[in-house]
Amino acid sequence: MSLATMTRRDWLLSERPQSRMQARLGRTYVTWRRFSANRLALAGLAIIVALLIVAALADVISPHSPVIGDLRGSRLLPPGPEHWLGTDGQGRDILSRLIHGSRLTLFVVVLVAIIAAPVGLLVGTVAGYAGGWTDAILMRITDIFLAFPKLILALAFVAALGPGIENAVLAIAITSWPPYARIARAETMTVRNSDYIAAVRLMGASPLRIVILHIMPLCISSLIVRVTLDMAGIILTAAGLGFLGLGAQPPLPEWGAMIADGRRFILDQWWVAAAPGAAILIVSLGFNLLGDGLRDALDPRGGGQ
Amino acid sequence: MSIGRFLIIVATTYLGLLAVTFFIGRVIPIDPVLAIVGDRAPAHVIERTREEMGLNLPYWQQFLLYVKGVFQGDFGRSVLTTNPVMEDIRRVFPATVELATLGTLIGALIGVPLGVLAAVKRGSVTDQIVRVIGLIGYSVPIFWLGLLALLVFYARLRWTAGPGRIDVVFEYTFTPITGFYLLDSILRRDWAAFRDIFAHIVLPASLLGYFSLAYISRMTRSFMLNELSQEYIVAARAKGLSETRIIWAHALRNAAVPLVTVIALSYAGLLEGSVLTETVFAWPGLGLYITDSLQNADMNAVLGGTIVIGSVFIGINLFADLLYRTLDPRTRNA
Amino acid sequence: MMMGKINGRFRVLLAGAALSALVFAGAPAYAETPADTLVLAWAIDDIITLDPAESFEISAGEMMGNSYDRLVRFDPADPSNIYGDIAESWTVSDDGKTFTFKIKPGLKFASGNPVTAEDVAFSIQRVVKLDKSPAFILTQFGLTKDNVDENAKATDASTFVFVTDQAYAPTFVLNCLTSNPAAVVDKKLVLEHVEAVTPSEENKFDNDFGYAWLKTNYAGSGPMKIRDWRANEILVLERNDNYYGDKAPLARVIYRHVKESATQRLMLESGDIDIARNLSPNDLDAVSANENLAVTSTPKGTVYYISLNQKNETLAKPEVRQAFKYLVDYDAIGETLIKGIGEINQTFLPKGMLGWADDKPFTLDVAKAKELLAAAGVPEGFSVTMDVRNTQPVTGIAESFQQSLAEAGIKMEIIPGDGKQTLTKYRARNHDMYIGQWGVDYWDPHSNADTFTSNPDNADDASSKTLAWRNAWDIPELTAETKSAVVEPDSAKRVEIYKSLQKKFADTSPFVMIFQQTEVAGMSKAVQNFKLGPSSDTTYVYKVSKN
Repeated sequence: MSLATMTRRDWLLSERPQSRMQARLGRTYVTWRRFSANRLALAGLAIIVALLIVAALADVISPHSPVIGDLRGSRLLPPGPEHWLGTDGQGRDILSRLIHGSRLTLFVVVLVAIIAAPVGLLVGTVAGYAGGWTDAILMRITDIFLAFPKLILALAFVAALGPGIENAVLAIAITSWPPYARIARAETMTVRNSDYIAAVRLMGASPLRIVILHIMPLCISSLIVRVTLDMAGIILTAAGLGFLGLGAQPPLPEWGAMIADGRRFILDQWWVAAAPGAAILIVSLGFNLLGDGLRDALDPRGGGQ
Repeated sequence: MSIGRFLIIVATTYLGLLAVTFFIGRVIPIDPVLAIVGDRAPAHVIERTREEMGLNLPYWQQFLLYVKGVFQGDFGRSVLTTNPVMEDIRRVFPATVELATLGTLIGALIGVPLGVLAAVKRGSVTDQIVRVIGLIGYSVPIFWLGLLALLVFYARLRWTAGPGRIDVVFEYTFTPITGFYLLDSILRRDWAAFRDIFAHIVLPASLLGYFSLAYISRMTRSFMLNELSQEYIVAARAKGLSETRIIWAHALRNAAVPLVTVIALSYAGLLEGSVLTETVFAWPGLGLYITDSLQNADMNAVLGGTIVIGSVFIGINLFADLLYRTLDPRTRNA
Repeated sequence: MMMGKINGRFRVLLAGAALSALVFAGAPAYAETPADTLVLAWAIDDIITLDPAESFEISAGEMMGNSYDRLVRFDPADPSNIYGDIAESWTVSDDGKTFTFKIKPGLKFASGNPVTAEDVAFSIQRVVKLDKSPAFILTQFGLTKDNVDENAKATDASTFVFVTDQAYAPTFVLNCLTSNPAAVVDKKLVLEHVEAVTPSEENKFDNDFGYAWLKTNYAGSGPMKIRDWRANEILVLERNDNYYGDKAPLARVIYRHVKESATQRLMLESGDIDIARNLSPNDLDAVSANENLAVTSTPKGTVYYISLNQKNETLAKPEVRQAFKYLVDYDAIGETLIKGIGEINQTFLPKGMLGWADDKPFTLDVAKAKELLAAAGVPEGFSVTMDVRNTQPVTGIAESFQQSLAEAGIKMEIIPGDGKQTLTKYRARNHDMYIGQWGVDYWDPHSNADTFTSNPDNADDASSKTLAWRNAWDIPELTAETKSAVVEPDSAKRVEIYKSLQKKFADTSPFVMIFQQTEVAGMSKAVQNFKLGPSSDTTYVYKVSKN
């Protein structure tokens, strides 16, 4: 960090970097410049940063309790000065629930990414590097999971594991690793026979070492893009589970479950379902914009696919 | 890839699909007997039913029995509907296919022109707007949009019909032939029924259409960008061909092959991904059928449904793959 | 063309897909159901069979009630009044064990076959021999597969004799004979459709008594015939022109499976259906406010409760059990979550049932609950879980309960699940707390007493798994007292026993009784004579007409 503050643009963009560090920082800087030139991507970043802040400060900024409501006094109130987004069927403040729900959303997204991405990476790189039977078996397993209807598989896992947000995370992770494995395998196949890997192999590195130290890092940038783009999908799947009644446990303010709850009142108290839906939309859009921008920035060849 | 190897791959995938679903079904903490005998049944009735269903056998034995049945074309009976599973699926699957087909049609008819437009005007406001429309399609919870659409177009404006496929009024005047109601009503020349069926399908199909539009327009844009940077386009321009002609007759035609693949994949996605839409619109399709069955531990139905969806997925992927291989000059030469 | 349009109007594109298609669809105007057909929207996904020997579900009960005659029925307006349906008269022997019924002459099944005592006997024997879930309603009178041919038989074409193993309260026996398993099936027709089975040690009969066929077919003599049933979609009743009584005014009754209350309301408001059967409190309000629509309601024999598993040491303390009863905000729940669809009821008998105790000893009283918790040695509270089905109103009630428990220091975790899932756990006694409902199987207080205050054997492998058993509430005295009520011939004394049971139940049981269901229906003003019955098989749609 200290380096970054004292560096100049020229140093970063130098054609002949003096050190590995300089080269890396230079690349990062170029990427950032490309990224920040994309206003939509910046908007996405802003949404995600806002989400992080809201989640971090949930206790401070939420005007009411997210779980305690007044059944008799404040049930299904329309948006107003006291309750900006109205109240729900249990008399709870919807805004406060949305604010606290942001934590759950982050929790799900981050955890799924942490579980699924490394699993996919491992399976993909091992399959791609080893080839032969290992590859065939691992890819068969990947195909089986890919052939499943995703939401139904997640539903089945939640049903088997029992309800709760942790199990929902696990179920979504189980259904989302196969594409990562595919990507990682494809990347591995392209570098497997490269001179660089051949050189490492000649130096006597073990296959495990090659995979972990030399192949995995090469796959990471495309994986990060893919994971960011998948974040929205993860949020939507989690919300879908919540909507079908298998996700968070009441009274947790999970957004999908809030929509499901608001569904009962959709005709007369539309705001109960509208607010959490809008929240999901905004956050997913944020992740999508961010992922999109990242991809363009990291992969200029893609021409902004 | 040789035919033999391909068959082995498909067979193992199926077997894996079956095994995973089967064992999930057995560890789900729901007693399938309950769905049959109800909560009030005396203990001895429950025990007897469990035995009749073969649930007392070891898991592996149950699985073998099941697989054996499947090979003989017997997918068992659904506990919930009491029908053979395949009979149920024959009834519900056309509903899903009809919805997904119309959805894909809408998505392709709007998505492709949008994508072309975005590519042609790359970097412009138009391009950005198309991009945002697409991203919103990726980001919106479809069940939520469905609820709001029902609220606005059915409850408030009364422009469309409500949930379900057809009004009860037609229940005894309209007899389906193929199970694809729109087609059936045309075949029967029953225009009143056609209007009603259309009024029912238009909302969910538009939603799914939007969903696939998002995907199709993005991919179209990128394929078009790729084509537009090719040398033959420059040559065409040099020859003085009109821009419209260059775009539609040359670039888009060359982008058509990957596009068809994308549309096929998006179609597969809609077929398997309409669980939530079907729930919101009470659409009696396969997604709803599987979800209902799952919640009742009606595993024969879940297994049957999963196999059908899995087959469709494998089939369409294969189709897309083959199409790509046979039509695309680059892969053909490679 | 397309391009130009898109260029100019991006903002409308979102709705565009729907809108452009709509132009072709046109706006479906206010629909109307056919004049000779009644269309109801109802969650009928619980129906798994149309066989009266097996059918035990709420919505199936209504179909049975409209399509199958039985010996006797009770008057929905006054359940204590039992009248002959196909029985012209009946007598009870002096020892109270033999019931002799005379069948009305000249009755015909929908098939055209005559209705005789032989059909009645066959129907009862069939239920006992098939031994499906509801069979206990008849076998509790001592009928077994071996003796049923003797104890339920036709002595001639118009006389049916029913013999019980001991003297029961005659009201009890007759009440049970009004229930679905006592429905009369067309013997001749059923026998045409039997399938052969191989007799085994457990099943000594060589045929299935038409079980496979009757699952999806109809063989009755009631006012309506069951014409068609597609699971989770639709069920159609049609007028039976062979019915002995007044013919149904409408030619057809169609039940359409619709789960959501909001959807039902929309369909009702737009005239797609005549009657909506699963309206939530909110939608009910809207329907009552609509001048084109009407609302009808009736208290039902279903009670909702929270139960505490006595296997949990803390929950087994008597003071803790009582404390929970003071931690439900009965008033608020009554005014909001169950408004219109239920009434607070703190005993296990539903209102309107013989012996119902009309007092509500409990209110929300956190201070009192805290005292009780202190007396139990847990003044600081504790943590428990509750299994809750993810449907309303139970989820809402659970959340409200969770809040009031928190005030007394009890931390309750809600474990949501699908109905079958929570039930599986509950039946295995693996829960801490459970919120659920119980509906009467037949219109007699014993139906509920037999499950709430009776637990003959508290062992894990007991054969009788009553609600008391499911919560491991070991109560030999109450079980004996419950039993004494069914053999009490004197109605007044019988009532006294039930009053006493309810008192002890309120003071000691691990059940927090919350409310009794009120069934409601919203309907179009054109619908005449639609009345909800107290039990599911007494909602008679065949009486409905439209103008």
